[in-house]
Amino acid sequence: MIELRGVSKSFGDFAVLRGVDLVIPKGKSMVIIGGSGTGKSVTLKSVLGLIKPDSGTILVNGEDVEQAHRDTFLSHFGMLFQGGALFDSMTVWENVAFRLLRGSLKRPRGEAREIAIDKLRRVGLRAKVADQYPGELSGGMQKRVGLARAIAAEPQIIFFDEPTTGLDPIMSGVINDLIREIVVEMGATAMTITHDMTSVRAIADKVAMLHDGVIQWTGPVGDMDAADDPYLRQFITGSAEGPIEAVR
Amino acid sequence: MDVTAPVASIGRSTLRTIAALGRLSIFTGQTLRHILLPPYYPREFWHAVIAIGWLSLPVVGMTAVFTGAALALQIYAGSNRFGAESVVPQIVAIGMTRELGPVLGGLMVAARVASSIAAEIGTMKVTEQIDALVTLSTNPMKYLTAPRVLAATLTVPVLVGVGDVIGIMGGYLVGTSRLGFNEAAYLKNTFDFLQFWDVGSGLVKGAAFGFLIALMGCYFGMHSGRGAQGVGAAVKSAVVAASVLILASNYLLTEAFFGS
Repeated sequence: MIELRGVSKSFGDFAVLRGVDLVIPKGKSMVIIGGSGTGKSVTLKSVLGLIKPDSGTILVNGEDVEQAHRDTFLSHFGMLFQGGALFDSMTVWENVAFRLLRGSLKRPRGEAREIAIDKLRRVGLRAKVADQYPGELSGGMQKRVGLARAIAAEPQIIFFDEPTTGLDPIMSGVINDLIREIVVEMGATAMTITHDMTSVRAIADKVAMLHDGVIQWTGPVGDMDAADDPYLRQFITGSAEGPIEAVR
Repeated sequence: MDVTAPVASIGRSTLRTIAALGRLSIFTGQTLRHILLPPYYPREFWHAVIAIGWLSLPVVGMTAVFTGAALALQIYAGSNRFGAESVVPQIVAIGMTRELGPVLGGLMVAARVASSIAAEIGTMKVTEQIDALVTLSTNPMKYLTAPRVLAATLTVPVLVGVGDVIGIMGGYLVGTSRLGFNEAAYLKNTFDFLQFWDVGSGLVKGAAFGFLIALMGCYFGMHSGRGAQGVGAAVKSAVVAASVLILASNYLLTEAFFGS
């Protein structure tokens, strides 16, 4: 379970998060939606410890993120980055098996390669891709490799940062389906940030809307369309008219 | 008009400079700690040895051979004025090993290596690869900075040593083919005159320059701004800082080794 209590973060004079309270139950898929610059990425990076909040508490499985032993704590996580963030100096399989080639999860290269190829197959890529470099792959294939890397060490918690950004609608659908299947199959807790409503409906058990540094609305994905929160309604319908100021 | 504005501006610049020095000091301390303490990344280290040491050999060799050749011509022309042309082998040797080999070699490696490290790490930062390393339970300082700084500290002295030999050979070629020196006598004068510390001091300088070159590349790469402009600025700053630090530390080391 991931729990955020009153998390605030400012950059200079700009307060990005103003007391975020959010609970993501174990084994559930939470999708955080919100406009650009509303602090979705900051929230996600705060949970990972990549950004230190100014105040508030973040608990992962009951343990305070700031007190946790970094390596052990991070070994529970997998993350799919918006741009893939694949290491371009390494082959695809070395990217996928990165965690299995060093550190506490290290194992022989042959075994790590086998696991990497198995994970690549799981995300719909053929074994011959393993020895290519990320720069030789299309955007959709890079996302799949990023997804394979995120799940390679069987994490308990997986984060997805804008998983469909930059992909065509069909490839977006494929990635959404893969994410949903993998999260259910692994029984992992998932946290996704996106502003793609198709992704939300495909991936989410629960939805939280972040606006102006606080969680504006949260609830099951099935309740989202019937909710009368004006911020959520405007976001779902993509209307320029409403409480969220749209700069033209 | 606010009369305190100029003073405030000086104050802000001073604070910024002090803060930057503080950040650099902390970065240096963390780098040394990560070099000494496990876990180690031998693959990254050997990769850096090849990229920094082996692949810099052509540029260092070319720099050394032309410097040695030009030095021989200059010393000959200068010493000719007071009939001391015979000192050319000795001056070329001492000039190359003590000063020109390490400094010019260091500057060429700075241009090649500090820029490439800053560009690589800066690009990794803006494409979230550094964040990805963290989420994969890998400390970027230990994985990226420590192997590069250690590799540069160990390989640049070797480059300087090779540059010394090539530079002396450059002087030898000009001395024997253009200035009429006897081949055997040129080499004998060179090796009889050279002392261990002439070469050793240059190698120590090389180690110091190697450390500074990789440290600046990593520091500015890790602190790169966003986008292509941010990476470009990081590369420029890394090369300028490494070059200035090489020249400044060269003076300090020369003062320490040979100042009486």
